[in-house]
Amino acid sequence: MASYFHEEFETLPRQALEALQLKRLCDVLQRVYAAVPFYRGALDKAGIKPSDVKSLQDLQRLPFTTKQDMRDSYPYALFAAPMDEIVRIHASSGTTGKPTVVGYTRKDIENWAELMARTLVTAGVHKGDIIHNAYGYGLFTGGLGVHNGAERLGASVIPISGGNTVRQLMIMQDFGSSVLTCTPSYSLFMAEEAKAAGIDFRTLKLRIGIFGAEPWSDAMRSEIEEKLDLTALDIYGLSEIMGPGVAMECIEGKNGLHIWEDHFIPEIIDPDTGERLGEGERGELVITTITKQGIPLIRYRTRDITSLNYEQCVCGRTHVRLARMSGRSDDMLIIRGVNVFPSQIESILVRIEGVEPHYLLIIDRRENLDTLEVQVEVDERIFSDEIKVLQSLARRIEKEIKDVLGVTCTVKLVEPKTIQRSEGKSKRVIDNRKL
Amino acid sequence: MKVEQISIFIENKSGRLAEVAATLGDAGVNIRALSLADTSDFGILRLIVNDRDKAMQTLKAKGFTVSKTEVVAVEVPDQPGGLSAILQVLDRESINVEYMYAFVERCGDNAVIIFRFDETEKAISALGSKGFHILQGESLYGM
Repeated sequence: MASYFHEEFETLPRQALEALQLKRLCDVLQRVYAAVPFYRGALDKAGIKPSDVKSLQDLQRLPFTTKQDMRDSYPYALFAAPMDEIVRIHASSGTTGKPTVVGYTRKDIENWAELMARTLVTAGVHKGDIIHNAYGYGLFTGGLGVHNGAERLGASVIPISGGNTVRQLMIMQDFGSSVLTCTPSYSLFMAEEAKAAGIDFRTLKLRIGIFGAEPWSDAMRSEIEEKLDLTALDIYGLSEIMGPGVAMECIEGKNGLHIWEDHFIPEIIDPDTGERLGEGERGELVITTITKQGIPLIRYRTRDITSLNYEQCVCGRTHVRLARMSGRSDDMLIIRGVNVFPSQIESILVRIEGVEPHYLLIIDRRENLDTLEVQVEVDERIFSDEIKVLQSLARRIEKEIKDVLGVTCTVKLVEPKTIQRSEGKSKRVIDNRKL
Repeated sequence: MKVEQISIFIENKSGRLAEVAATLGDAGVNIRALSLADTSDFGILRLIVNDRDKAMQTLKAKGFTVSKTEVVAVEVPDQPGGLSAILQVLDRESINVEYMYAFVERCGDNAVIIFRFDETEKAISALGSKGFHILQGESLYGM
């Protein structure tokens, strides 16, 4: 018998769940139409009034919201609540220099904590567990999102954040951590470090690992479970929608992530045509937030590729399951949990005087950590007969990328025309990671 | 008073240096002096050749990144302390040597050293006033 955090909502029969969704959808449409000029304009342009939406099917008639729309609204223009009701601001990296900003009202923070607590229980976590939270704390939603949910549940949370793996292992060992939350690749990195330090994971108290913020696979799950001696589960979230805790794989089923439908309406679309796809069909996930106050989003295109599974789950939850994310419908890369768009690196290269943006990003995974190599072609404008000039150029690009994107990379200067061009355009990315 | 050197960007991978040499050889360009500076990823090949324009042209046509730099060729007595005497003059004038390398041929009884300074003009006048012989480009290219 599964345990629940909000049993009534988590097991709500589909009909009742959809009735609740419709009520909340109509409410959020009224709110954004009244408070957000962007949505008023978009709905007017589409010739739809909030009151025209009479069924969940009508959702399909509404226009999408994209990351570009969020960028155009930087920083606060999409907020539906007055600023004096916003109690928290988070941000994630955008496609160019400016981040994507989200604001939470007190009620949003409460809902987030509730949903994250529900997410933890779905993973088999309970009061009494000691949660080693290695997601980053800060503007990124990962750390604080898990943290608040853990406290709401009444578990003990260790806000260890990222980095300093040796210390992490010591604390995990000494504090008796029973739950680990981090990116899947970091968990494997920990396993390597533990081995080097002579720590056997089988002697630790860890039972459950909740891994997300980057794509992974079932093969990686098996490897993690074997090396860390725990049950590894997939979590999904994105800051635009809320943060971690949007969807979670249940420990009973371990087959797909329940997306919390009393707060979010998921749809799968064909990323090229925008047409809605049927159950089980693979396409881009679109989410409408129906309870958020700070920054509700209508039909937000997540760019994540997945499918929906409405079959009854063994855990008894009625909320639809998302298949493991299998990629992106845009060119976003996730490197050590950080979202990176090639265009961001291109704009950094253009800004550094004289560097023509003929570049190639090579992503690999060595010893379970993602590596990024940026190859830049040396043309006559940046070439110097002095080694130190070229080396300092490479270091400057590395520093800029680290400062702006938060990702460590190595810059390699290469001869012109070494980077392959296809139809006049360079192939920008080679991803050698085998997930 | 200055000598034109050509510099070529070379990635650290096998065959690149051979490619440069073959390109110049095929074009009938004679290398008078050379130095190779390298890092783990790339190198810079610096050359004094008999025909700079032809060398630049053919290398560019092969896709190499090439540039021209002005360097200074100084005659040094081919005896112990010869180089030291030059460096002492530069040190007193606070002139930095970015890099230097020796010329293949001798000039009479003297060796020839190629210098790249941070302040080229100042170096030429400092060395000239101390009686060092600075070689003309033309006399080197055909040496």
